[in-house]
Amino acid sequence: MLITTPNLTRPDESYARLIATHEGLDEAGSHALNARLILILMNHIGDDAVLAEAMRLARETGTEAA
Amino acid sequence: MKDLVPERYALAFRLYPYARSPDQDATAPVRHKAIVVGGGPIGLATALDLGRRGVPVVLLDDHEGAGLGSRALCFAKRTLEICDRLGAAAPMLDKGVQWNLGKVFHDDRLLYEFNLLPEGGHAMPAFINLQQPWFEKFLHDAITAAQAEGAPIELRGRNRVDAVIPAADHVTLEVMTPDGPYRIEADWLIACDGARSPLRNMLGLGFDGRVFEDNFLIADVKMKADFPTERWFWFEPHFKSGDSALLHKQPDDIWRIDFQLGWNIDRAKELEPARIRARVDAMLGPDVDYELDWCSIYTFQCRRMAQFRHGRVLFAGDAAHQVSPFGARGANSGVQDADNLGWKLALVVQGIAPDSLLDSYDAERVHGADENILNSTRATDFITPKTPVSKMFRNAVLTLAETLPFARTIVNSGRLSVPCTYDRSALNGPDHPEMPARTRPGSPCPDAPVGQGWLLSHLGQGFILLTIGLDAPESVMAHGLTVPRLALEATPELAARYLGGAKGAVYLIRPDQHVAARWDHYDADAVAAATARAIGKE
Repeated sequence: MLITTPNLTRPDESYARLIATHEGLDEAGSHALNARLILILMNHIGDDAVLAEAMRLARETGTEAA
Repeated sequence: MKDLVPERYALAFRLYPYARSPDQDATAPVRHKAIVVGGGPIGLATALDLGRRGVPVVLLDDHEGAGLGSRALCFAKRTLEICDRLGAAAPMLDKGVQWNLGKVFHDDRLLYEFNLLPEGGHAMPAFINLQQPWFEKFLHDAITAAQAEGAPIELRGRNRVDAVIPAADHVTLEVMTPDGPYRIEADWLIACDGARSPLRNMLGLGFDGRVFEDNFLIADVKMKADFPTERWFWFEPHFKSGDSALLHKQPDDIWRIDFQLGWNIDRAKELEPARIRARVDAMLGPDVDYELDWCSIYTFQCRRMAQFRHGRVLFAGDAAHQVSPFGARGANSGVQDADNLGWKLALVVQGIAPDSLLDSYDAERVHGADENILNSTRATDFITPKTPVSKMFRNAVLTLAETLPFARTIVNSGRLSVPCTYDRSALNGPDHPEMPARTRPGSPCPDAPVGQGWLLSHLGQGFILLTIGLDAPESVMAHGLTVPRLALEATPELAARYLGGAKGAVYLIRPDQHVAARWDHYDADAVAAATARAIGKE
């Protein structure tokens, strides 16, 4: 089951760290880092059904915004 | 005089030279029980299986033997088990190169190694590499041996089918020979005439799927090199000979080298020996002495026919389905088609099973083809990413794979062929929840040592009732079949593979060595009902 309720222990810190992780990278470097990060997080989550739900949610939310 | 059946390709082995058949002088078309069209691995295996099961079969091929070129190379364990049942495996094992170890590189870095780690207690190895003409020659040798023992198999070289006329209860063929045309009829026609299947086109049947926009160059080289007998695969190799590259050993000091060239290439130019040598030199280094043996550029598709059975016509092998070569799922899946079809057609021809049994050939092998297409498509998408974002993720996986084992599970240079389990087949009978999943109904029987020999060598003539640690009658009569019992006591391998949590087991096993049903006790009515179901009588 995908958690969509607030779950971050330190939301501001985690978000700032995500932005800082990209510092000094060009756009291609940032995209590649994001790809690695997604893969690492995917493995941490592990459950295919949860991942499927997360991907669906990301796609649908983005499509609404666009 | 005009050559009426010209050779389209050179032969490696001339196996069945044209000889005039009495059918060519008959006043009316002669009717045969079964006609196989195509003398490739699948046509030969189908004819051999049918003949060994006593079904008179005529094989028509527009050539006189096995074509030149290594082509299909990796033959999987299940294929070898089927060939063993057909009496053809021993020379394949002698000639073929056994391998278990693979290495995957990105650029100049070794990402990881894998070992197919074959489980102990099986007669056949995980894989052998053997050039396709040899595979065909050994099947042909087995046909010759079967003929000598009375198997009704007839091979007709340089017999090209020019027209097919289907009818409700038979099929008529117009066949061209060096002596001119003749007509013959078949109760059943099995089309094993390859990816470009002329029969499929003559019948106007579709063949839909995906075309992959990429070209691959095969360069088979002969060299006395001390590379180990391993499968080496490079993504974006440092030697720049292609977007990916593969090195794999064949018999006779030949090595398969495969380079991914991309989509927009000049085919003729890329096939110039000097250009090929430049790529090979970059890969092997300047000090390796070699000769080019056979070279070819190929593209590929992943596609299949909507149905493999069309009335009296059955399609098998590449004629029915085509996959990319990654995973060795082409010839290996075609041999499983032949394995699935042979016993069913034999029971139908003998009047024991209704012809609806052949619908299960369609259902089971379409399922197999879909599994292969799925695996092969995924491997291809990984090897040749279609979009910038796909390539970015692919390379992210490769970067992580060097240090993080989890990423190695995503790296896909081909998921190697494993036998198909016919889950949800209409032929499947009862399962038992405490027994191992790997032997559930629909599964191919895993081999195990039995006495001085092997379990699989006892299976495959007809239906078998395997009992492990249980009593049952010596044979069961059901629906026109006599099902003999194979009585075994549990060994560690049999217990692990067939018993699981059960104390004893009764397995009903199909003639293609797949499990039809299983119980933890003998029940005559249940066995009879499962037998009926397994031959399409329910």
